[in-house]
Amino acid sequence: MENQNLNLLDRALGLDGPSEPWPLSGRVVLIEDCVETSGSFVLHQLVKRSLSPTSSNVIIFVAFANPFSHYDRILRKLGCNLVTQRDNKRFIFFDMLMLRCPDVDEGKSSEGGLVLLYEKILKTICGLPGDKKDYVTIMIDDISLVEVAANGGSDYVLDFLHYCHALTSEFDCSLITLNHEDIYSSMERPTLILQMEYLADILIKAEPLSTGLATDVHGQLTVLNKGTSHRLGRSGNKIHNFHYKLYVVLWRKKLVISIDKGYSSEKRSFRRTYHVNGRLGFWNLNTLCVTHLLNG
Amino acid sequence: MKAAQTPHKKEVPCVFGRPPQLPITKIIRLSAALLARHRRCSTPTAALSLPPRVCSLRPESLSCRLSTIYSWHFTGKTKLCSVDAAMATTKPRLSSFSRNLSAVSSSQTPGVKCGPNGTMFVSSGIADLDKILGGGFPLGSLVMVMEDAEAPHHMLLLRNFMSQGLVHGQPLLYASPSKDPRGFLGTLPSPASLKHDKSRDRESEQEKGLRIAWQYKKYMGENQPNFDSHRDNKQDYCNEFDLRKPLERHYFTRQRVNCVGIQDSKNLAALQEHCASFLAQHQRNDGSCALAGRIAIQSLCAPQCEHSNMDWEMLSFIKSLKGMVRSSNAVVVITFPPSLLSLSSTKRWQHMADTLLSVAAIPDEDKELAKLLSGYQDMVGLLNVHKVARLNTQVPLILEATTFSIKLQKRRFLVLECLNQAPVDGSSGSSYGTSGSCSGSSKAGTLDF
Repeated sequence: MENQNLNLLDRALGLDGPSEPWPLSGRVVLIEDCVETSGSFVLHQLVKRSLSPTSSNVIIFVAFANPFSHYDRILRKLGCNLVTQRDNKRFIFFDMLMLRCPDVDEGKSSEGGLVLLYEKILKTICGLPGDKKDYVTIMIDDISLVEVAANGGSDYVLDFLHYCHALTSEFDCSLITLNHEDIYSSMERPTLILQMEYLADILIKAEPLSTGLATDVHGQLTVLNKGTSHRLGRSGNKIHNFHYKLYVVLWRKKLVISIDKGYSSEKRSFRRTYHVNGRLGFWNLNTLCVTHLLNG
Repeated sequence: MKAAQTPHKKEVPCVFGRPPQLPITKIIRLSAALLARHRRCSTPTAALSLPPRVCSLRPESLSCRLSTIYSWHFTGKTKLCSVDAAMATTKPRLSSFSRNLSAVSSSQTPGVKCGPNGTMFVSSGIADLDKILGGGFPLGSLVMVMEDAEAPHHMLLLRNFMSQGLVHGQPLLYASPSKDPRGFLGTLPSPASLKHDKSRDRESEQEKGLRIAWQYKKYMGENQPNFDSHRDNKQDYCNEFDLRKPLERHYFTRQRVNCVGIQDSKNLAALQEHCASFLAQHQRNDGSCALAGRIAIQSLCAPQCEHSNMDWEMLSFIKSLKGMVRSSNAVVVITFPPSLLSLSSTKRWQHMADTLLSVAAIPDEDKELAKLLSGYQDMVGLLNVHKVARLNTQVPLILEATTFSIKLQKRRFLVLECLNQAPVDGSSGSSYGTSGSCSGSSKAGTLDF
């Protein structure tokens, strides 16, 4: 059943193999998006994969953009209950929506808030039981708001990110961050995004189609996997380019939102469009609604 | 009597033509008797189509007669549609997913309606915009409107938004860089009088002739059944505003309308405090919605304000405002002129918005545009929908069109219409491509669609 639910994105990220060892451990993932296409769906997909029952990952989710209820509702539709995961200490949520580093003097104070945040993360990781310490994923949503919280001190944000990156080698945890690349595209020397792109092992970019709007394709996704030569012996870069569409799927009277890729440049195949099953009825959603009976 | 019946298991749409000899009430009785035979079907529906010109009865009395006959024969499941609509509304089969997204939520506070994914909507004051955005502005969201320096069309949106809130009795906080923000309240429009509503609808009724609703799917969702009682109901979800009539004073002296001037304060701390105290009164308590609040901030980065060159200060203010509003039952509308901000700041502001709109001015007497678009003379400006709020869901909303023309009907009522291409001159021979879409056409000129 798991294999059927994997989609091309998972395969591109290397998540189609066995869940242990976690293929993303020790790696940095950067998700880039823009105003027209939001890349947060990749984040949700990664949360779902990390919290699958076969893996023993712990997620530390540092949220600057949305409150817990937002992610809870979305992941519930994807088949993952964040409330129980939070109770089981597999999903640790840091709500940073109201974080504002005091700007009394620009020097120390802006840094102060981020340093505290880093210490909090470190303390959480160290406080985990031994077996779980190896499979930590740190997710940050999103970096541009960390900059705002630091009152524009991108140096402090970079320091914070470097420290988090150090954690990936120290504790073998994976770091997944989201940023908006169109903010930096007009800058002369966008240090922050350049450094993040350099550090990232996997770069995922969500862009709108160059041809404009389309009703059945939401955008295109480019996954650049800088293969490292350690562990599984993968080497060389792999670039995957997809068109994606987010839709609602009816699965045994439960709502499941899943990502389907229309076209993969590697495989040159189109996923079949799903037939509409009239028996379960329909309701007027703004998105394209198809019903699809899955097995299992 | 011509009767076309499709005895489908699910629904029974029956369409009747009207022979001139039979009186209307007899037709109704006959049709009711026919439907009674099909009572076994779960959702019997019928469409009665009559040419309104011939019909001497007033629609109200006819519907009364219909309702008495229907209630006599059936219980509960039939739905009464207005006679002029002439369509069969099929009630979808009751499954665990059917949701009653009625236009007026009867059990809850007026002006707030439930939406998907646990969100609640308030109206933006413009019915067309509500339809485009899929219901209105969701509570807890931040709406940003990008102004055009050449024309104050964002004020139209803001006025309708504020008036709608006041008409529904929702508290309002208004911040503006002008010297006297309270004076702006005098320019708010008033809901259009009911007399006008009725005459408009009657006109459109008479234009429609006989409609045989065998393609009922076409009409589904387009026209809501117009119950007569709703016309008298002042607490409509979205009112039609007459821009020439000012709002009666009792609306904004009765409840709390707070006006804040942002020109004189050194930084945004005072405004932030006002917003914080306002939003604290509208905290969301797990589902129950006491009263929705509205915050309207006009021209946040206007140059006459002292904070206008403090980029990070403004971003920080918006971020904290967004954080506060997510956990409260309120909507915040901020308008700002993007030309005054740096490019990267503009992008940051755009990313922070849940719903992003922009208005653009249309030059007068532009011959190129007049050739390209139909109805160019009536257009006041253009409205672009860049982003639609997706709270609690990751599925984006794909709109059929993102650019709409702002028109003033009879110079009073604001309507948004899709752009339509003017008929192509036969002699020119070239085709301009699809109509109403936003993919750029080569003849668009300076305007960016």
